[in-house]
Amino acid sequence: MKINFKLNEKNISVDAPPMKRLLDVLREDLGLTGSKEGCGEGECGACSIMLDKQLVNSCLVPIAQCEGASILTIEGLGTEENLHPIQQAFLECGGAQCGICTPGMVMASFDLLKKNSNPTVSQIQTGLAGNLCRCTGYVKIIDSVTKAAETFK
Amino acid sequence: MTMQKQTFSSPIGNSVQRKEGPKKVTGRSKYIDDIEFKNCLHGTTIRSTIPRGKIKQINFAQDIPWHEFTVVTAKDIPGQNHVALITTDQPFLADTDINHAEEPILLLAHQDKILLERARQAITIDYETLPPVLSIPEAVEAQTIIWGKDNILKSYHLEKGNIDSIWSKADFIIEDTYETGAQEHVYIETNGMVALANKQDGVTIWGSMQCPYYVQKALIPLFNFTEDKIRIIQTETGGGFGGKEEYPSMLAGHAALLAWKSGKVVKMIYDRAEDMACTTKRHPSRTHHKTAVNKDGRILGLDIQFIIDGGAYATLSSVVLSRGTIHAAGPYNIDHVRIDAKAVATNSVPYGAFRGFGAPQSIFALERHLDQIARKLNLSAEEIRRRNFIRDGQKTATGQLINEGVDMESLLDRALKHTHYKQKQRQFLDDNISNTKIKKGIGLATFMHGSGFTGSGEKYLASKVGIQLDRDAKIKVLSASTEIGQGTNTIFSQIAADALNTSTEIIEIFTPDTKYVPNSGPTVASRTTMVVGKLVQSAALGIRHTLQKEGYLKPTHSEVEFRQACLNYVKNHGELTVMAEYQQPPGIHWNDQTYQGDAYGSYAWAVYVAEIQIDTTTYETKVTNFTALQEVGRVINPILAQGQIEGGVAQGIGYALYEKVNLKDGRMINANMTNYIIPTSADLPHIEVLFEEVPYAHGPQGAKGIGELPMDGPAPAILNAIAMATGLELKSIPMLPEDLMKAFYEN
Repeated sequence: MKINFKLNEKNISVDAPPMKRLLDVLREDLGLTGSKEGCGEGECGACSIMLDKQLVNSCLVPIAQCEGASILTIEGLGTEENLHPIQQAFLECGGAQCGICTPGMVMASFDLLKKNSNPTVSQIQTGLAGNLCRCTGYVKIIDSVTKAAETFK
Repeated sequence: MTMQKQTFSSPIGNSVQRKEGPKKVTGRSKYIDDIEFKNCLHGTTIRSTIPRGKIKQINFAQDIPWHEFTVVTAKDIPGQNHVALITTDQPFLADTDINHAEEPILLLAHQDKILLERARQAITIDYETLPPVLSIPEAVEAQTIIWGKDNILKSYHLEKGNIDSIWSKADFIIEDTYETGAQEHVYIETNGMVALANKQDGVTIWGSMQCPYYVQKALIPLFNFTEDKIRIIQTETGGGFGGKEEYPSMLAGHAALLAWKSGKVVKMIYDRAEDMACTTKRHPSRTHHKTAVNKDGRILGLDIQFIIDGGAYATLSSVVLSRGTIHAAGPYNIDHVRIDAKAVATNSVPYGAFRGFGAPQSIFALERHLDQIARKLNLSAEEIRRRNFIRDGQKTATGQLINEGVDMESLLDRALKHTHYKQKQRQFLDDNISNTKIKKGIGLATFMHGSGFTGSGEKYLASKVGIQLDRDAKIKVLSASTEIGQGTNTIFSQIAADALNTSTEIIEIFTPDTKYVPNSGPTVASRTTMVVGKLVQSAALGIRHTLQKEGYLKPTHSEVEFRQACLNYVKNHGELTVMAEYQQPPGIHWNDQTYQGDAYGSYAWAVYVAEIQIDTTTYETKVTNFTALQEVGRVINPILAQGQIEGGVAQGIGYALYEKVNLKDGRMINANMTNYIIPTSADLPHIEVLFEEVPYAHGPQGAKGIGELPMDGPAPAILNAIAMATGLELKSIPMLPEDLMKAFYEN
């Protein structure tokens, strides 16, 4: 099945089985491996991406649902040479340790800050509760989002 | 070095940014499943569904094109069918005997992942079942023998003074038993390996791991190859926590066997369910304490029976038991100590390394027990500890003379003051009288954690590190120590840059690849900064001294001068590599037979304080505030060090309140993130991290180990806080709402 959508500001067309997970299309068909699979059941958030301005777990989205959609992944947010302010804040504040949850965590932070540019600690905790991290205890991630909020405004 | 004029501010003590951070925050880091291997096969594992028995027959359903598949059983193994670690009892693939559920029996590979999964489900196995042993009491009872002569994988007996001489002199003798459950690592990146194997090239492995040389050691007998034919390359690793210490050897072996038989590259990536159910977990434990104490709170003697469940094979249980045993008597000065420790075999999936390595289990028991003693003596939790703390010049349970200049009493005072412990305790007690719905508590734990391998371990490891000034005049650190999120790359850059008096940017960390890096020992035991970091420092100083001796560098230099010196040296002499090998600091003695002597080169010391509240309608316990105060020697990188403590505390909170491995007939039945709960950002309090820094003479710039320490304190501090809030002397973890409810009803 041919599906057309916008990915990181570019028009894309892929030929894939309709029930193939968006995560697998991104990783296998399009070579965008920034989105990770941590659990495959929508618990960990490592595969978080923006689908039509909504934060979703791409492991739970069949590609058929993406016809005409606009998708933003971690690859579309910033590059090593040109970091997005959220990525810069994660780097400065120690928000990434092993790094495997980081792309999803950065996308969830992006979604949170889009909705609330000046979140409290408690709002950050709730906003990121769908993204699991096993390294940081979340303290430095919360610091990162707080810091990013200062530059994001 | 300190006398020289520094043209740079030293990177030591600064929060230098994570070396590989830009790649991680942009999603550009390549973990094993992110790397494309063209035309590779995918591998999967057929596992036992029973905990104990014999394989009678393997059945292949008819509707699968089996000729397209690569099938490997124990009969296909070219060398020896055991995972070489400490002993050789664990097979890569069960041949006839099944000793635990999920035991690997057969491997399958195919290019099509979907067809592979269909084929996996089309294989059934007939068994002759045997009665399993599934708990510590059953294993100890030894009615059914499943391992050796008596189900005992390893035992230690440690004795200081004469415990039996003091029972009659004690005012009180207090006894109780404490239990801790299994814990799953839940690194967010599951285990994964890719293998290439043939006669000509030997075996090459790429994958997620902590210890490349452990994997190499395990694959040498599997293929009967020499070590130069087994090349292991670590790829970016998404968390380890001990879970990628020994298990990667098994998975690498499986991938390599499939690659060997198929002649193709084979990729094996576990999904979360397989990773949780089939790989190692923290050892469950049972500890009995019998304590002689005087009415003034002075402990006369500790008699401890410490038992851990090792699961079906010996794996690392002997060393986990060792660390748990040595830490069982805590940071206290007690004249008479007897510890009987055993690791027993059960028909469970083998338990393995997990941050803390036995110490969180035995420390939980001791720190809960001390609170119980305090209450019986009408003393405060802090006072019973204060009266028994070990001080410089006194000896631990192994007879190690403590001489680190660390004062536990002042650490305790600082923690009490900082947390307003006494005021909060009074306030919570008052609140608890008026508020029948929410009960609040505050509790503490005081403990120490040894850095590096136990006893003579570091001497036997004889770790090596190289620093290379390469042909492009770049400085490279050659080490097998892996970056698994804890910050190895950054810390090594800081140590090397400091020794060379240059900036961290020009230091490169070579990928841990056994073809190019020396064996720096495993990335475990809080040893990377303290032990391997010291070797990085020595080798870097060696480069600097060579450049000076050969006249390329003056005693003081700018960065430009340093770079020029490197360029000039390389132009005239070619590349320069300086190796450093571990030398045991003088005065360290250890006796493996008596278990007496200097168990660790140094210890990190800590006082942790937990504040909790319990909702008496739902029985949920929430940690509302957490303070972690520790002495860890010199802090090399504050943000990384804080990150280690915060992450460890979070795992400790999970261990205490959320994480329960539910086993049925030896199988984990909640092997998914929906039913095995690790803390989310909404579950955790602010974790305040405080350091004291007493430089350690034999660590790089005074640093000690830090990684495991924060796992030890949270569980007992939290359960002590629950005891304060409820009056319930709870003796086991994890303490989930249903467990707490049961305890309420039973009391």
